[in-house]
Amino acid sequence: MNKSLIMIIVAGALINNVVLNQFLGICSFLGVSKQMKASISLGGAVIFVITIASAVASLLYDFILKPLGMEFMKTIIFILVIAALVQIVEMFLKKKSPAVYKSLGIYLPLITTNCAVLGVALTNVQNGYNFIECVLSGFGTAVGYTIAIVLLAGIRSRINEKDIPAPLRGAPIVMIAAALMSIAFMGFGGLSF
Amino acid sequence: MKKCLERLYNGLLKENPVLVLMLGMCPALAVSTRALNGIGMGLSTLAVLVLSNLIISCLRKVIPDQVRLPAYIVIVASLVTVTQMIIEAYLPSLYDALGLYIPLIVVNCIILGRAEAYANKNKPLPSVMDGIGMGLGFTAALTIAGALRELLGNGTIFGAQVMPEAYEPMVIFIQPPGAFLIFALIIAVMNAIGIKTRQRQLVESGCDGNCALCATACESKNPEEQKKGGAEK
Repeated sequence: MNKSLIMIIVAGALINNVVLNQFLGICSFLGVSKQMKASISLGGAVIFVITIASAVASLLYDFILKPLGMEFMKTIIFILVIAALVQIVEMFLKKKSPAVYKSLGIYLPLITTNCAVLGVALTNVQNGYNFIECVLSGFGTAVGYTIAIVLLAGIRSRINEKDIPAPLRGAPIVMIAAALMSIAFMGFGGLSF
Repeated sequence: MKKCLERLYNGLLKENPVLVLMLGMCPALAVSTRALNGIGMGLSTLAVLVLSNLIISCLRKVIPDQVRLPAYIVIVASLVTVTQMIIEAYLPSLYDALGLYIPLIVVNCIILGRAEAYANKNKPLPSVMDGIGMGLGFTAALTIAGALRELLGNGTIFGAQVMPEAYEPMVIFIQPPGAFLIFALIIAVMNAIGIKTRQRQLVESGCDGNCALCATACESKNPEEQKKGGAEK
Protein backbone atom coordinates (compact mmCIF):
# COMPACT_ATOMS: atom_id res chain seq x y z
CA MET A 1 0.00 0.00 0.00
CA ASN A 2 1.14 3.46 -0.85
CA LYS A 3 2.61 5.58 1.95
CA SER A 4 0.51 8.64 1.13
CA LEU A 5 -2.66 6.55 1.33
CA ILE A 6 -1.76 5.48 4.87
CA MET A 7 -1.04 9.11 5.64
CA ILE A 8 -4.56 10.08 4.51
CA ILE A 9 -6.10 7.67 7.02
CA VAL A 10 -3.78 8.73 9.88
CA ALA A 11 -4.28 12.40 9.13
CA GLY A 12 -8.05 11.96 9.06
CA ALA A 13 -8.20 9.93 12.27
CA LEU A 14 -5.61 11.62 14.48
CA ILE A 15 -3.87 14.73 13.15
CA ASN A 16 -6.93 16.57 11.81
CA ASN A 17 -9.35 14.88 14.17
CA VAL A 18 -12.79 15.74 12.85
CA VAL A 19 -14.31 16.58 16.23
CA LEU A 20 -11.46 17.98 18.30
CA ASN A 21 -9.68 19.88 15.57
CA GLN A 22 -12.29 20.75 12.96
CA PHE A 23 -15.41 20.95 15.17
CA LEU A 24 -17.63 18.84 12.94
CA GLY A 25 -20.29 16.65 14.52
CA ILE A 26 -20.13 18.46 17.88
CA CYS A 27 -23.88 18.10 18.50
CA SER A 28 -23.82 14.31 18.63
CA PHE A 29 -20.35 14.37 20.25
CA LEU A 30 -21.74 16.26 23.25
CA GLY A 31 -25.20 14.71 23.13
CA VAL A 32 -24.59 10.99 22.74
CA SER A 33 -21.38 10.61 24.78
CA LYS A 34 -23.39 10.24 28.00
CA GLN A 35 -23.33 6.47 27.58
CA MET A 36 -20.44 4.30 26.49
CA LYS A 37 -22.60 1.74 24.69
CA ALA A 38 -24.51 4.28 22.63
CA SER A 39 -21.23 6.00 21.72
CA ILE A 40 -19.76 2.79 20.34
CA SER A 41 -22.93 2.03 18.34
CA LEU A 42 -23.04 5.55 16.93
CA GLY A 43 -19.34 5.36 16.06
CA GLY A 44 -19.94 2.15 14.10
CA ALA A 45 -22.88 3.63 12.21
CA VAL A 46 -20.93 6.81 11.43
CA ILE A 47 -17.96 4.83 10.05
CA PHE A 48 -20.38 2.95 7.80
CA VAL A 49 -22.30 5.97 6.54
CA ILE A 50 -19.33 8.32 6.06
CA THR A 51 -17.32 5.75 4.10
CA ILE A 52 -20.18 5.00 1.72
CA ALA A 53 -21.24 8.65 1.50
CA SER A 54 -17.71 9.75 0.54
CA ALA A 55 -17.58 7.05 -2.14
CA VAL A 56 -20.96 7.96 -3.64
CA ALA A 57 -20.31 11.70 -3.41
CA SER A 58 -16.94 11.29 -5.13
CA LEU A 59 -18.45 9.29 -8.01
CA LEU A 60 -21.33 11.74 -8.43
CA TYR A 61 -19.01 14.74 -8.45
CA ASP A 62 -16.49 13.28 -10.90
CA PHE A 63 -18.90 11.70 -13.37
CA ILE A 64 -22.04 13.83 -13.22
CA LEU A 65 -21.50 17.28 -11.72
CA LYS A 66 -18.08 17.98 -13.25
CA PRO A 67 -18.87 17.02 -16.88
CA LEU A 68 -22.06 19.09 -16.69
CA GLY A 69 -20.21 22.06 -15.18
CA MET A 70 -22.57 22.19 -12.21
CA GLU A 71 -20.03 22.17 -9.38
CA PHE A 72 -21.99 24.84 -7.52
CA MET A 73 -24.82 22.33 -7.01
CA LYS A 74 -22.58 20.13 -4.86
CA THR A 75 -24.00 21.17 -1.47
CA ILE A 76 -27.58 20.44 -2.52
CA ILE A 77 -26.73 17.16 -4.27
CA PHE A 78 -24.52 15.86 -1.45
CA ILE A 79 -27.03 16.52 1.32
CA LEU A 80 -29.74 14.74 -0.68
CA VAL A 81 -27.41 11.79 -1.33
CA ILE A 82 -26.58 11.56 2.38
CA ALA A 83 -30.26 11.72 3.40
CA ALA A 84 -31.18 9.04 0.87
CA LEU A 85 -28.21 6.91 1.87
CA VAL A 86 -29.07 6.98 5.57
CA GLN A 87 -32.61 5.97 4.65
CA ILE A 88 -31.37 3.05 2.53
CA VAL A 89 -28.92 1.89 5.20
CA GLU A 90 -31.73 2.02 7.72
CA MET A 91 -34.07 -0.08 5.55
CA PHE A 92 -31.29 -2.54 4.69
CA LEU A 93 -30.26 -3.07 8.31
CA LYS A 94 -33.88 -3.39 9.41
CA LYS A 95 -34.39 -6.26 7.01
CA LYS A 96 -31.01 -8.02 7.02
CA SER A 97 -29.81 -7.68 10.61
CA PRO A 98 -32.49 -6.49 13.03
CA ALA A 99 -30.09 -6.89 15.98
CA VAL A 100 -27.71 -4.19 14.72
CA TYR A 101 -30.66 -2.02 13.71
CA LYS A 102 -32.09 -2.21 17.21
CA SER A 103 -28.81 -1.35 18.90
CA LEU A 104 -28.43 1.80 16.78
CA GLY A 105 -31.98 2.98 17.37
CA ILE A 106 -32.59 6.69 16.93
CA TYR A 107 -28.94 7.50 16.19
CA LEU A 108 -29.10 6.13 12.67
CA PRO A 109 -31.55 8.68 11.18
CA LEU A 110 -29.81 11.47 13.10
CA ILE A 111 -26.61 10.89 11.12
CA THR A 112 -28.17 12.89 8.27
CA THR A 113 -27.77 16.09 10.24
CA ASN A 114 -24.29 15.19 11.47
CA CYS A 115 -22.17 17.86 9.82
CA ALA A 116 -19.16 15.54 9.77
CA VAL A 117 -20.70 13.56 6.89
CA LEU A 118 -21.34 16.55 4.63
CA GLY A 119 -18.10 18.15 5.81
CA VAL A 120 -15.97 15.17 4.75
CA ALA A 121 -17.66 14.93 1.35
CA LEU A 122 -17.06 18.63 0.69
CA THR A 123 -13.44 18.58 1.94
CA ASN A 124 -12.63 15.61 -0.28
CA VAL A 125 -13.91 17.42 -3.34
CA GLN A 126 -12.08 20.60 -2.33
CA ASN A 127 -8.80 18.68 -1.99
CA GLY A 128 -9.31 17.09 -5.42
CA TYR A 129 -9.01 13.52 -4.10
CA ASN A 130 -9.61 10.61 -6.48
CA PHE A 131 -12.07 7.83 -5.70
CA ILE A 132 -9.76 5.66 -3.53
CA GLU A 133 -8.43 8.64 -1.63
CA CYS A 134 -11.99 9.82 -0.95
CA VAL A 135 -13.01 6.46 0.50
CA LEU A 136 -9.89 6.25 2.66
CA SER A 137 -10.18 9.80 3.94
CA GLY A 138 -13.85 9.20 4.75
CA PHE A 139 -12.97 6.02 6.61
CA GLY A 140 -10.09 7.68 8.50
CA THR A 141 -12.22 10.66 9.52
CA ALA A 142 -15.01 8.41 10.77
CA VAL A 143 -12.53 6.34 12.80
CA GLY A 144 -11.26 9.59 14.32
CA TYR A 145 -14.83 10.54 15.23
CA THR A 146 -15.37 7.16 16.89
CA ILE A 147 -12.10 7.41 18.87
CA ALA A 148 -13.03 10.88 20.12
CA ILE A 149 -16.60 10.05 21.15
CA VAL A 150 -15.66 6.78 22.88
CA LEU A 151 -12.84 8.50 24.81
CA LEU A 152 -15.17 11.30 25.89
CA ALA A 153 -17.83 8.79 26.98
CA GLY A 154 -15.20 7.12 29.18
CA ILE A 155 -14.17 10.45 30.71
CA ARG A 156 -17.79 11.44 31.32
CA SER A 157 -18.58 8.22 33.16
CA ARG A 158 -15.82 9.22 35.62
CA ILE A 159 -16.85 12.90 35.79
CA ASN A 160 -20.39 11.92 36.81
CA GLU A 161 -19.17 10.59 40.14
CA LYS A 162 -17.25 13.74 41.07
CA ASP A 163 -18.36 16.79 43.02
CA ILE A 164 -18.28 19.62 40.49
CA PRO A 165 -19.04 23.32 41.21
CA ALA A 166 -22.71 23.94 40.35
CA PRO A 167 -22.23 26.40 37.44
CA LEU A 168 -19.88 23.96 35.69
CA ARG A 169 -22.27 21.01 35.85
CA GLY A 170 -23.59 19.64 32.58
CA ALA A 171 -22.25 21.11 29.35
CA PRO A 172 -19.36 23.29 30.65
CA ILE A 173 -17.40 20.51 32.36
CA VAL A 174 -17.83 18.26 29.30
CA MET A 175 -16.47 21.03 27.09
CA ILE A 176 -13.50 21.55 29.41
CA ALA A 177 -12.80 17.81 29.16
CA ALA A 178 -13.06 18.13 25.36
CA ALA A 179 -10.60 21.06 25.48
CA LEU A 180 -8.05 18.94 27.33
CA MET A 181 -8.57 16.10 24.83
CA SER A 182 -8.09 18.59 22.03
CA ILE A 183 -4.78 19.75 23.55
CA ALA A 184 -3.68 16.11 23.74
CA PHE A 185 -4.64 15.52 20.11
CA MET A 186 -2.62 18.58 19.06
CA GLY A 187 0.40 16.43 19.95
CA PHE A 188 -0.35 14.27 16.91
CA GLY A 189 0.47 17.30 14.77
CA GLY A 190 4.12 16.30 14.95
CA LEU A 191 3.38 12.91 13.42
CA SER A 192 4.81 12.25 9.99
CA PHE A 193 5.88 9.27 7.89
CA MET B 1 -46.07 44.00 17.45
CA LYS B 2 -45.66 42.78 21.03
CA LYS B 3 -45.36 39.22 19.78
CA CYS B 4 -42.60 40.26 17.39
CA LEU B 5 -40.58 41.92 20.17
CA GLU B 6 -41.14 38.90 22.35
CA ARG B 7 -39.66 36.74 19.55
CA LEU B 8 -36.55 38.95 19.43
CA TYR B 9 -36.06 38.76 23.19
CA ASN B 10 -36.64 35.02 23.09
CA GLY B 11 -33.96 34.47 20.45
CA LEU B 12 -31.38 36.82 21.94
CA LEU B 13 -31.56 35.83 25.60
CA LYS B 14 -34.21 33.43 26.83
CA GLU B 15 -33.59 30.71 24.27
CA ASN B 16 -30.23 31.81 22.88
CA PRO B 17 -29.56 29.04 20.34
CA VAL B 18 -25.88 28.54 21.20
CA LEU B 19 -25.59 29.35 24.88
CA VAL B 20 -28.91 27.98 26.14
CA LEU B 21 -30.22 25.47 23.61
CA MET B 22 -26.72 24.27 22.61
CA LEU B 23 -27.65 24.18 18.92
CA GLY B 24 -25.26 25.04 16.12
CA MET B 25 -22.20 24.40 18.23
CA CYS B 26 -20.07 23.26 15.28
CA PRO B 27 -19.84 26.59 13.43
CA ALA B 28 -19.85 28.46 16.76
CA LEU B 29 -16.72 26.66 17.96
CA ALA B 30 -15.02 26.63 14.59
CA VAL B 31 -15.25 30.21 13.32
CA SER B 32 -15.06 32.17 16.59
CA THR B 33 -11.29 32.62 16.23
CA ARG B 34 -11.80 36.34 15.52
CA ALA B 35 -14.66 38.72 16.32
CA LEU B 36 -15.03 39.64 12.65
CA ASN B 37 -15.40 36.00 11.58
CA GLY B 38 -18.06 35.57 14.27
CA ILE B 39 -20.08 38.49 12.90
CA GLY B 40 -19.68 37.26 9.31
CA MET B 41 -20.79 33.73 10.13
CA GLY B 42 -23.61 35.00 12.35
CA LEU B 43 -25.00 37.32 9.69
CA SER B 44 -24.77 34.68 6.92
CA THR B 45 -26.68 32.26 9.13
CA LEU B 46 -29.17 35.01 10.02
CA ALA B 47 -29.86 35.67 6.33
CA VAL B 48 -30.41 31.99 5.57
CA LEU B 49 -32.52 31.52 8.69
CA VAL B 50 -34.81 34.49 8.00
CA LEU B 51 -35.38 33.51 4.36
CA SER B 52 -35.88 29.81 5.13
CA ASN B 53 -38.35 30.65 7.92
CA LEU B 54 -40.21 32.98 5.53
CA ILE B 55 -40.38 30.46 2.68
CA ILE B 56 -41.28 27.50 4.88
CA SER B 57 -43.92 29.53 6.69
CA CYS B 58 -45.47 30.59 3.35
CA LEU B 59 -45.44 27.01 2.08
CA ARG B 60 -46.53 25.41 5.34
CA LYS B 61 -49.95 24.45 3.95
CA VAL B 62 -48.54 23.20 0.62
CA ILE B 63 -45.76 20.86 1.80
CA PRO B 64 -47.16 17.40 2.68
CA ASP B 65 -46.35 16.32 6.20
CA GLN B 66 -44.58 13.06 5.28
CA VAL B 67 -41.93 14.67 3.09
CA ARG B 68 -41.51 17.92 5.00
CA LEU B 69 -37.93 17.29 6.17
CA PRO B 70 -36.50 16.59 2.68
CA ALA B 71 -38.43 19.63 1.41
CA TYR B 72 -36.95 21.84 4.15
CA ILE B 73 -33.45 20.53 3.43
CA VAL B 74 -33.78 21.37 -0.28
CA ILE B 75 -35.03 24.89 0.51
CA VAL B 76 -32.23 25.51 3.02
CA ALA B 77 -29.55 24.01 0.74
CA SER B 78 -30.63 26.26 -2.15
CA LEU B 79 -30.54 29.35 0.07
CA VAL B 80 -27.11 28.39 1.39
CA THR B 81 -25.75 27.92 -2.13
CA VAL B 82 -26.97 31.38 -3.10
CA THR B 83 -25.48 32.90 0.09
CA GLN B 84 -22.19 31.15 -0.58
CA MET B 85 -22.02 32.55 -4.12
CA ILE B 86 -22.81 36.07 -2.90
CA ILE B 87 -20.11 35.93 -0.19
CA GLU B 88 -17.60 34.52 -2.69
CA ALA B 89 -18.33 37.34 -5.11
CA TYR B 90 -18.46 40.34 -2.77
CA LEU B 91 -16.52 39.37 0.39
CA PRO B 92 -13.66 37.11 -0.78
CA SER B 93 -11.63 37.58 2.43
CA LEU B 94 -14.56 36.45 4.59
CA TYR B 95 -15.11 33.55 2.17
CA ASP B 96 -11.52 32.40 2.70
CA ALA B 97 -11.74 32.78 6.49
CA LEU B 98 -14.99 30.81 6.85
CA GLY B 99 -14.20 28.26 4.13
CA LEU B 100 -15.96 24.95 4.57
CA TYR B 101 -18.30 26.28 7.25
CA ILE B 102 -20.41 28.31 4.78
CA PRO B 103 -21.82 25.26 2.92
CA LEU B 104 -22.15 23.55 6.30
CA ILE B 105 -24.84 26.10 7.28
CA VAL B 106 -27.16 23.55 5.61
CA VAL B 107 -26.73 21.10 8.47
CA ASN B 108 -26.83 23.77 11.19
CA CYS B 109 -29.36 22.39 13.64
CA ILE B 110 -30.70 25.90 14.39
CA ILE B 111 -32.17 26.30 10.90
CA LEU B 112 -33.98 22.97 10.63
CA GLY B 113 -34.88 23.24 14.31
CA ARG B 114 -36.62 26.61 13.88
CA ALA B 115 -38.36 25.41 10.71
CA GLU B 116 -39.71 22.40 12.54
CA ALA B 117 -40.46 24.09 15.86
CA TYR B 118 -41.77 27.47 14.73
CA ALA B 119 -42.05 28.32 11.04
CA ASN B 120 -44.27 25.42 9.99
CA LYS B 121 -46.88 26.36 12.61
CA ASN B 122 -46.90 30.15 12.42
CA LYS B 123 -47.66 33.00 10.03
CA PRO B 124 -44.87 34.50 7.88
CA LEU B 125 -44.34 37.73 9.87
CA PRO B 126 -43.77 36.14 13.31
CA SER B 127 -41.64 33.49 11.60
CA VAL B 128 -39.41 36.17 10.07
CA MET B 129 -39.10 37.85 13.48
CA ASP B 130 -38.28 34.50 15.05
CA GLY B 131 -35.56 34.05 12.43
CA ILE B 132 -34.16 37.52 13.14
CA GLY B 133 -34.22 36.91 16.90
CA MET B 134 -32.55 33.52 16.69
CA GLY B 135 -30.06 34.78 14.09
CA LEU B 136 -29.13 37.77 16.28
CA GLY B 137 -28.75 35.49 19.29
CA PHE B 138 -26.41 33.28 17.28
CA THR B 139 -24.47 36.32 16.00
CA ALA B 140 -24.18 37.77 19.50
CA ALA B 141 -22.86 34.51 20.96
CA LEU B 142 -20.32 34.10 18.14
CA THR B 143 -19.16 37.70 18.31
CA ILE B 144 -18.70 37.66 22.09
CA ALA B 145 -16.79 34.37 21.94
CA GLY B 146 -14.79 35.60 18.95
CA ALA B 147 -13.89 38.86 20.69
CA LEU B 148 -12.81 37.04 23.86
CA ARG B 149 -10.69 34.55 21.94
CA GLU B 150 -9.14 37.27 19.81
CA LEU B 151 -8.42 39.39 22.91
CA LEU B 152 -6.75 36.58 24.85
CA GLY B 153 -5.10 34.84 21.94
CA ASN B 154 -3.96 37.80 19.88
CA GLY B 155 -4.35 40.89 22.09
CA THR B 156 -6.74 42.55 19.62
CA ILE B 157 -10.48 43.04 19.09
CA PHE B 158 -11.76 43.48 15.51
CA GLY B 159 -8.10 43.72 14.52
CA ALA B 160 -7.41 46.77 16.73
CA GLN B 161 -4.67 46.42 19.36
CA VAL B 162 -6.28 46.48 22.80
CA MET B 163 -3.83 44.79 25.13
CA PRO B 164 -0.62 46.66 26.08
CA GLU B 165 2.55 45.89 24.14
CA ALA B 166 3.98 43.87 27.02
CA TYR B 167 1.07 41.40 26.86
CA GLU B 168 2.19 37.99 25.71
CA PRO B 169 -0.74 36.51 23.70
CA MET B 170 -2.01 33.12 24.87
CA VAL B 171 -2.03 31.47 21.48
CA ILE B 172 -3.92 28.45 22.79
CA PHE B 173 -7.12 30.52 22.75
CA ILE B 174 -7.16 30.94 18.98
CA GLN B 175 -6.32 27.28 18.52
CA PRO B 176 -8.98 24.52 18.71
CA PRO B 177 -8.76 23.83 22.49
CA GLY B 178 -9.42 27.52 23.21
CA ALA B 179 -12.81 27.27 21.51
CA PHE B 180 -13.97 24.57 23.91
CA LEU B 181 -12.54 26.46 26.91
CA ILE B 182 -14.10 29.83 26.08
CA PHE B 183 -17.54 28.37 25.39
CA ALA B 184 -17.34 26.27 28.57
CA LEU B 185 -16.54 29.42 30.58
CA ILE B 186 -19.26 31.56 28.93
CA ILE B 187 -21.90 28.90 29.57
CA ALA B 188 -20.63 28.46 33.15
CA VAL B 189 -20.96 32.20 33.78
CA MET B 190 -24.50 32.18 32.36
CA ASN B 191 -25.33 29.18 34.56
CA ALA B 192 -23.94 30.95 37.62
CA ILE B 193 -26.14 34.00 36.93
CA GLY B 194 -29.11 31.70 36.27
CA ILE B 195 -28.62 29.82 39.53
CA LYS B 196 -28.45 33.10 41.50
CA THR B 197 -31.67 34.49 40.00
CA ARG B 198 -33.42 31.15 40.52
CA GLN B 199 -32.36 31.14 44.17
CA ARG B 200 -33.75 34.64 44.61
CA GLN B 201 -37.04 33.55 43.03
CA LEU B 202 -37.19 30.54 45.33
CA VAL B 203 -36.57 32.71 48.42
CA GLU B 204 -39.38 35.03 47.32
CA SER B 205 -41.69 32.07 46.79
CA GLY B 206 -41.16 30.83 50.35
CA CYS B 207 -38.29 28.35 49.97
CA ASP B 208 -35.47 28.89 52.47
CA GLY B 209 -33.01 29.24 49.57
CA ASN B 210 -30.95 26.34 50.77
CA CYS B 211 -31.04 24.75 47.33
CA ALA B 212 -27.43 25.78 46.69
CA LEU B 213 -26.42 22.91 48.94
CA CYS B 214 -28.74 20.48 47.18
CA ALA B 215 -27.07 18.78 44.23
CA THR B 216 -30.18 18.05 42.20
CA ALA B 217 -31.89 21.39 42.65
CA CYS B 218 -29.74 23.56 40.46
CA GLU B 219 -29.65 21.24 37.47
CA SER B 220 -33.33 20.93 36.66
CA LYS B 221 -35.40 24.01 35.98
CA ASN B 222 -38.71 22.53 37.03
CA PRO B 223 -39.29 22.78 40.80
CA GLU B 224 -41.56 19.71 40.70
CA GLU B 225 -38.71 17.65 39.27
CA GLN B 226 -36.39 18.97 41.96
CA LYS B 227 -38.69 17.69 44.68
CA LYS B 228 -38.95 14.28 43.04
CA GLY B 229 -35.20 14.08 42.53
CA GLY B 230 -34.62 15.03 46.16
CA ALA B 231 -37.10 12.43 47.40
CA GLU B 232 -35.45 9.66 45.42
CA LYS B 233 -32.09 10.51 46.91
